[in-house]
Amino acid sequence: MELLLTLGKAFFVGGLFCAVGQVLIDKTKLTPARILVGYVVAGVLLSALGLYQPIVDFAGAGATVPLTGFGHLLATGVQKAVTEKGFLGVLTGGLTASAAGITAAMIFGLLVALIFNPGDKS
Amino acid sequence: MSQKAAPNSKLWRNMLLAFLVGGLICTIGQGVMSWMQALGLSREDGGAITSISLIFLSALLTGFNCYDNIAKHAGAGTLVPITGFANAMVSPALEFKREGFILGVGAKMFSIAGPVILYGSAASVVYGLILAIFG
Repeated sequence: MELLLTLGKAFFVGGLFCAVGQVLIDKTKLTPARILVGYVVAGVLLSALGLYQPIVDFAGAGATVPLTGFGHLLATGVQKAVTEKGFLGVLTGGLTASAAGITAAMIFGLLVALIFNPGDKS
Repeated sequence: MSQKAAPNSKLWRNMLLAFLVGGLICTIGQGVMSWMQALGLSREDGGAITSISLIFLSALLTGFNCYDNIAKHAGAGTLVPITGFANAMVSPALEFKREGFILGVGAKMFSIAGPVILYGSAASVVYGLILAIFG
């Protein structure tokens, strides 16, 4: 029962983040690249202001899976690194925290390019 | 009457589709996350495995040309989640394979991901500097 509630909250909040993105696509001339950049930077900003952590605590993956969550990861990473290492942490924190996702996307992208051919239909 | 309402109802329809598909992707993520936490993993490690799992699924579906087909209908529902970021790397990597593995796959992979990583990192450095100086 508790799992259902957790899943439901993730569904609802994650869905809302995407619905907002859809309004941006339909109502503005923003390209997908600009929307993704906007979401990541907004995630860093909201986390810096302390506004994003409460959403993560409430919605879990509903807040961490949208790209604002990627920004949140960068911000919490730099926070932790600055606390531990001072100024060096300014440069190491963000990418250290997000290394798993970025490296996974690079390697899986390379593997897909090696295995599949453009235009392959399932 | 129905024609007059068309542009607005189209937006509502697109929003609903984005909400449902995006919500579903996040629910799958939460499923993995809850599973990892039940196995005793920390929030950080569980989150990393959740991201990796979703990125793997997205890369696989992109390879089979499925993700882009879903994206035609789901719009922001498939763009905004981390799977959309992965798709933005894998899709051009595959598409530009014919231009070779250096300037095709290697370079085009970052045509959208590059700006995302750059400006995300830049924002985190600004935040880090503020913390290091005033924190």
